[in-house]
Amino acid sequence: MSEHEYTPKSKAGKWFNDRLPLLTLGAHLTDYPTPKNLNYWWTFGGILTFCLITQIVTGIVLAMHYVAHADLAFASVEHIMRDVNYGWLIRYIHSNGASMFFLAVYIHIFRSLFYGSYKSPREVIWIIGLMIYLLMMAAAFMGYVLPWGQMSFWGATVITNLFSAIPLVGDSITTWLWGAYSVDNPTLNRFFSLHYLIPFLILGLVVLHIWALHVPGNNNPVGIDIKKPSKDTVPFHPYITIKDAFALLVFMIIFAGFVFFTPNVLGHSDNYIPANPLVTPAHIVPEWYLLPFYAILRSVPDKLGGVILMFSAIFILFVLPWLDTSKVRSAVFRPIYRQFFWILVIDVLMLGYVGAMPAEGIYLVLARVGTIYYFLHFIVVMPVVGYLEKTDPIPMSISEPVLTGGAEPSIARKVNDKV
Amino acid sequence: MIKFKIKLLVLSFLLLISIRPLQSAEMVDPIKVDWSFKGLTGTFDRASLQRGFQVYKEVCASCHSMQYLSYRNLGEPGGPEFSEQEVKAIAASFEIEDGPDSQGEMFTRPGKPSDKFKSPYPNVQAATAANGGAYPPDMSVLVKARKGGANYIYSVLVGYEDPPPGVTLDDGVYYNKYMAGNKIKMPNNLMDGLVEYADGTESTVDQMAKDVTTFLAWAAEPELEERHKTGVKVIIYLVLLTILVYLSMKKIWSRVDTEV
Repeated sequence: MSEHEYTPKSKAGKWFNDRLPLLTLGAHLTDYPTPKNLNYWWTFGGILTFCLITQIVTGIVLAMHYVAHADLAFASVEHIMRDVNYGWLIRYIHSNGASMFFLAVYIHIFRSLFYGSYKSPREVIWIIGLMIYLLMMAAAFMGYVLPWGQMSFWGATVITNLFSAIPLVGDSITTWLWGAYSVDNPTLNRFFSLHYLIPFLILGLVVLHIWALHVPGNNNPVGIDIKKPSKDTVPFHPYITIKDAFALLVFMIIFAGFVFFTPNVLGHSDNYIPANPLVTPAHIVPEWYLLPFYAILRSVPDKLGGVILMFSAIFILFVLPWLDTSKVRSAVFRPIYRQFFWILVIDVLMLGYVGAMPAEGIYLVLARVGTIYYFLHFIVVMPVVGYLEKTDPIPMSISEPVLTGGAEPSIARKVNDKV
Repeated sequence: MIKFKIKLLVLSFLLLISIRPLQSAEMVDPIKVDWSFKGLTGTFDRASLQRGFQVYKEVCASCHSMQYLSYRNLGEPGGPEFSEQEVKAIAASFEIEDGPDSQGEMFTRPGKPSDKFKSPYPNVQAATAANGGAYPPDMSVLVKARKGGANYIYSVLVGYEDPPPGVTLDDGVYYNKYMAGNKIKMPNNLMDGLVEYADGTESTVDQMAKDVTTFLAWAAEPELEERHKTGVKVIIYLVLLTILVYLSMKKIWSRVDTEV
């Protein structure tokens, strides 16, 4: 990609770089031409990398003190909180870190939706990102089981029971997942093993995600293709690194606020009650970041139907690049789509809200309306609006102001007008 | 622009109501107490913690275990901060089962500061059987394990009432205004003058309830004071660093024609 080939100055550097071009890679990463008009919604990639590293580092330390056994897990968490030096800090960073990770990933995903970052030529980046998101949900779910509190146990019971809805083999699959005839010690053991494995899979996918990003380069708020490097771009370092650092610090202040001053507000108090298979909590609710999907699951009276719909809600995102028919990437120039985008945001927030409520009365109605809109948005709104919408004029380049008529419209605009 | 602001308003409203489900729906809201450990710089009232320990030891401990605490915790910073001698004396006042010895026999000895709090019953089943079929929950993390936290625990302790007309209670079941479902198997154990406080404080029901709740809040979060102190330092550090990085960013970006 880089226009000029990098050569190390020192002899040793050159000797090494000829054998493993790590220095060339470093030079590529620092020189990487980045659109200069990226706004702060673009800083969440860096923030997410920070979140992943934080979870891995704190998680490795926690694993040194945690015991994955049904009789000892709860006590070992209390041991971490009371007897391990700064154990409370490490555990609170890890547990709140999961929430901050999801907060950041949702902003990252909706940023992509608004600015059309999932569209050609970035479909593979988008799909790898979704795979990361799926693995994050699996890791978070299993991590929540590890303290072996009431919500851990009953959350695990509800979620693993979903697989029993599969016709014919459902019950066998559930038993196989449990390693027992109910959620029990073997389940806890394997969840711990997988919880330790998944972050490293995510790390591998993050490398691919960034690699795939560096092929076409970043999308940008205007959503047009830009020449790289040009007057529309800045080198990644120091321009983007310092901006990412600033945004990350603001994010860390919020993160620290949760960790030090209200570390349990995002958790459920029932999880400080040791797991008891004989006592079912009044309301079994997942962590906040899974609530929209939980609402979709419960909006269907049929178990299998609910499970299918819930998984479809995620998997539909994989074909999003082909459901969106608009050639214009950024919603800034899409007056109609922009409205629907905000409706989707509100819809997902509403689903999250009703997901935390009992599935009855008005909440069930809202959950159903929300679910229907969620699918309509992707299956109907995106393809149809893409065809019918008259988009606003698009600038030729980032440096030029928006065209005010008379001037040559961009290629993207021309394509769209023909439709 | 106005449209965008309306959207922001709607969004923030939705965010607000999305936090609501964290609060309880079916119970009477617990009494709000102005605890000293609330807030960003909250600390425990040392004297209240010591009195609270006394209430726990003389009243609660006959049924409730606190198995995750050790006697040494009572002398650690941020807690009741009993002196080393006091902690040793408290520990030694309990007979702890130890062993097996070289003959394979279990034996008892006076407690040491490193011992965990002695539980009143050998196991959950024994505790349940001795208390009319209701297990008195372990109190180590009780404040964190209940919606409403310290306010809820305090409210239950002072929330005993005669049942309203039409409500009949079985034997060994009591009416409590703040308990979920209003029925509780723990009798109202606190009455004025029940314990004789070493520091001369009058032991009213309200005073004892507040003291023991403070003690339980510390037991659930023994790191609270250190957490608050560290938190303030961390936030100040991060804010200063953020300002420096912001100024550096402005300076670096002044080389190009784009605003950041």
